[in-house]
Amino acid sequence: MTNQPLPTAPLARYLLHLADDQLVMGHRNSEWTGLGPILEEDIAFSSIAQDQVGHALAFYEYLNQECGLADPDQTAFNRPESLMVSSWLVEQPIGDYAFSLVRHWCYDQAVYLRYESLSQIQDPALQALATKLRGEVKYHTFHANTWMKSLLQGSEESRLRMLTALKEVWPMALGLFESWSGEKALMEQVGHAGQPWYPGERHLQQHWQAGALESLVLWSVDVEALGLHKVEPVLGGRQGYHSEHLASMLEEMTAVFRLDPQAEW
Amino acid sequence: MYGGGYIPAGVEETKAQAESPELLAQFEARITRGEKIEPRDWMPAVYRKQLIRMIEQHAHSEIIGALPEGTWITRAPGFRRKLALMAKVQDEVGHAQLLYSAAETLGKKREDMLNDLINGKSKYSNVFNYPAETWADVAVIGFLIDAAAIVNQVANSKGSYGPYCRALERICYEESFHLKQGHSVFVWLATGTPMQREMLQNALNRWWEPIMHFFGPSDTMSQHTETLMRWKVKMATNDVMRQQFLNIYVPKIWDLGLSLPDPELRKDESTGQWLFTEPNWDTFFKVINGDGPCSRERLAVRKVAEERGAWVRAALRRADARYATPLA
Repeated sequence: MTNQPLPTAPLARYLLHLADDQLVMGHRNSEWTGLGPILEEDIAFSSIAQDQVGHALAFYEYLNQECGLADPDQTAFNRPESLMVSSWLVEQPIGDYAFSLVRHWCYDQAVYLRYESLSQIQDPALQALATKLRGEVKYHTFHANTWMKSLLQGSEESRLRMLTALKEVWPMALGLFESWSGEKALMEQVGHAGQPWYPGERHLQQHWQAGALESLVLWSVDVEALGLHKVEPVLGGRQGYHSEHLASMLEEMTAVFRLDPQAEW
Repeated sequence: MYGGGYIPAGVEETKAQAESPELLAQFEARITRGEKIEPRDWMPAVYRKQLIRMIEQHAHSEIIGALPEGTWITRAPGFRRKLALMAKVQDEVGHAQLLYSAAETLGKKREDMLNDLINGKSKYSNVFNYPAETWADVAVIGFLIDAAAIVNQVANSKGSYGPYCRALERICYEESFHLKQGHSVFVWLATGTPMQREMLQNALNRWWEPIMHFFGPSDTMSQHTETLMRWKVKMATNDVMRQQFLNIYVPKIWDLGLSLPDPELRKDESTGQWLFTEPNWDTFFKVINGDGPCSRERLAVRKVAEERGAWVRAALRRADARYATPLA
């Protein structure tokens, strides 16, 4: 196993949060392949999953080249669970389609906001990368919005399932914005326009939450009755503390690779 | 991938004669001239029935085929393999979508086809009733099963029914990429560590009989293929396709220093035909009739997927919406 310590440089650490989230999320979404409620959704979730795993790879490559981390395959497929900094939201099993869809909606909107801010960074390579990836995530949010609206306004059963999923997902979605040790230092970094490019987790969360609640109200969800204002976030992921699902997921994901981590596959 | 190489039942030509001898003569003349038959054209009922069965079986093979390979997406070693396999299996599901639409032009709804798959009324390619036990199985499926399917599908893409041919043309184009993906995994294992080589050899041994079964029984055992071939529903005999496959791929396997579990397998240079031990066709029929190592599991997984997705489909349904047969 690659037991190299987590990067301490704030930017590297932040990018690792992003990369780990994308890898785990993409892995989970790929589990819908062959099992979606309609063929078209199989295909859509697979496209999204491919984007996400591809984004993870792009960040691991950057971390390898610019920040001295191991190569992407070793970093992703040969790292102990305690050194993973993904959030609890992404590591949860796919659940029913409502759960996966609400998670997708919450998650991709959050990623969109992160890419938007990252595209203001000074480093031209990262700036270009974030701008490109943001364009892809935009389509994820289109997809999620369309389905959220359809199923929240579809049948009585679909609405009920979506509301249940919302209650389940919300605390973990808030946990995407867990504060972390290098946060303050990163907030002081100046972006290409001479302004700080990273607003910090609290700000990102407020921005995300305001947008999400606005959409829900538009789709006639009584967010007060659902109690979304009152829930506590589920934290720990950014410090390597995870739910029981990540270990088993990683075990599966790395099963072949670990047969011989030095072999070429 | 995955044209099931085997068409189970024959055509009763007399029934077509009884419908209308004049229209039948015109229909056959068009096919002889190389014209395509389109959805709203007259066609014998048995032609329609046979095509629905064949396209539907092909579509089912694509979604069932996504299951054994799909389980390896989550275990693919490294980014390159993971991303390629995700895209590959996604393509297969996309092929199912195309093929169900092609079959729908003949008047059977996708939902009815999927129901017939689950209740066992309609078949899919036999090869997917076998387990994919190791990563090397992904190599064998992606390289050799896809290759066999390409032989079959390239032949069928020159058939007489327009929508099916057009779907197959697109499918074959994508399949050629799948073949490259499978070949790459295959070669990497074949030229890798002793453990990787052994893994591949074992997978090859396990898959050889299902591969030999893939194109179906020898033509001397199948009946009624004559009319189907005249109507260009079936484009090449099982034996011809099997020979084509052996001729291209056996040398490639041997070149990598791997063996195949048939001591009789060799090319007769005087006839150009490959000689081999006849696979056990009793096993083949047993598997087709639902008694393969994974037959129950595959259908059970599909059934659960259908049931778990039912509420989504119900929520999308509109009371005033009407079913419309897709255009070609």
